[in-house]
Amino acid sequence: MSEDLIARVTGVIAKTQKIPPESVTIDKSFEELKIDSLDGINILFALEGEFDLDIPDDAARGIRTVREMVEGIEKLLAAKSEAKPKA
Amino acid sequence: MNRRVAVTGMGAISAFGHTYPDLWSGLSAGKSAIRPLTLVAPGAVRFPNAAEVPDYDPLRYFEEKEAMLLDRFAQFAAVAAREAVRASGIEFSPELGERTAIVLGCSGGGKSTEDDGFHHLYALREPRVSPLTIARAMSNAGASRVSLEYRITGPVYTISTACSSANHALGQAFRMVRSGEVEVAIAGGSEAPLSLGFLKAWEAMRVVSPDTCRPFSRDRRGLILGEGAAVLVLEPLERARARGATIVGEITGFGMSSDAHHITQPSALGAARAMRAALVDAQLAPEAVGYVNAHGTGTLANDATEAEAIRAVFGEHAQKLLVSSTKSMHGHALGAAGALEAAATLGALQRDLIPPTANFTAPDPACDLDVVPNTPRAAQIECAISNSFAFGGLNAVLVFRKWG
Repeated sequence: MSEDLIARVTGVIAKTQKIPPESVTIDKSFEELKIDSLDGINILFALEGEFDLDIPDDAARGIRTVREMVEGIEKLLAAKSEAKPKA
Repeated sequence: MNRRVAVTGMGAISAFGHTYPDLWSGLSAGKSAIRPLTLVAPGAVRFPNAAEVPDYDPLRYFEEKEAMLLDRFAQFAAVAAREAVRASGIEFSPELGERTAIVLGCSGGGKSTEDDGFHHLYALREPRVSPLTIARAMSNAGASRVSLEYRITGPVYTISTACSSANHALGQAFRMVRSGEVEVAIAGGSEAPLSLGFLKAWEAMRVVSPDTCRPFSRDRRGLILGEGAAVLVLEPLERARARGATIVGEITGFGMSSDAHHITQPSALGAARAMRAALVDAQLAPEAVGYVNAHGTGTLANDATEAEAIRAVFGEHAQKLLVSSTKSMHGHALGAAGALEAAATLGALQRDLIPPTANFTAPDPACDLDVVPNTPRAAQIECAISNSFAFGGLNAVLVFRKWG
């Protein structure tokens, strides 16, 4: 989990939730950040744009913390780069 | 004046076909009409399936010039209304037309008309859109069309409360007939939401199932969008008997509530308040209800919340209730949903057969009710309720009674 990835994911969450970036830390739960289900899908939408990803519903379901979100994005990014033909 | 209100005609166009008998024969067989989505290109949205009206050709029902003026949702309203009025046997004189109401539910209006106009504007960079756009897309176009066809000149309007639209419409119509404000009402709902721009919005909400709709199942993955219309003809019971009409059933109560809780998350409290209000309106004890046609969308949140609300309202009697979601078969037709479900509920009372919850796989402890899984159930039921709970927290519940 790179610092850069954490910063980008937490940045997207802060921007979407309209909360200060420093309040979104890796160990926070969505509950602590007052992220409800509708906020959650809005964050997923913004993350798809930020990372040029398709986040399937099944991958998104059950994510309750910032750490799980970063780990999920990391996994999808790894799968995406593997799927690309080698140069 | 509080008059008893009879249903004397039903019409429906749905994923099962263009008539009410098509709808009932599908529901009563426990078949699902959920199929691959064909109205948009394959792969255009993440979910592959929907409950589309099959083999629909507007020219079967409208002159070419008329069809041009009517979005798909308004056409569906007219098709279902014609079947309902024909079944009722009512001929509308100018005097009766003035004493008749039309109340139709519609959530989105002419979505494909808007989509098409915006495509010309934004994608094709054309400077203008069709001058028929407003007349086609307005949510009241269906109600207005029916008014024009039968020269109905009494109260005519549309109710838009997302997934509760048709129940609110039927409830308003029921009350106007009950109170004596009108002699006849043509009421129900219509919707044609399967347009790319609107489907994309549903995709982004992440509530649509990637396979099928499995209400109350442990592995349910969301709703399946549907389209169509259903329309009922309502009139005072005494009037129906006096003219020797075939009585389908009665509407005996209507209750509404607002959650005031969250714009999209359901609330068991709000849902329970609407069910209780409907039972009070019908002057009916909870124990007298035998069947609940559930809102039952197949989303994780709705079904568990609805089960909790049903348990709260019915207490121990909840274990004896038959509860099914016909959305598992005709899909979630949004502003038409409550009308299709009213038609399903009336069919169940009339034929002593409860349509099942189709596509059921495994029970969810959070939805611990008899959900009539997969197989239709023979049962003679006296009274039933039909639930609709909308995004925005708006709830509407109808009470029906078997006739005869």
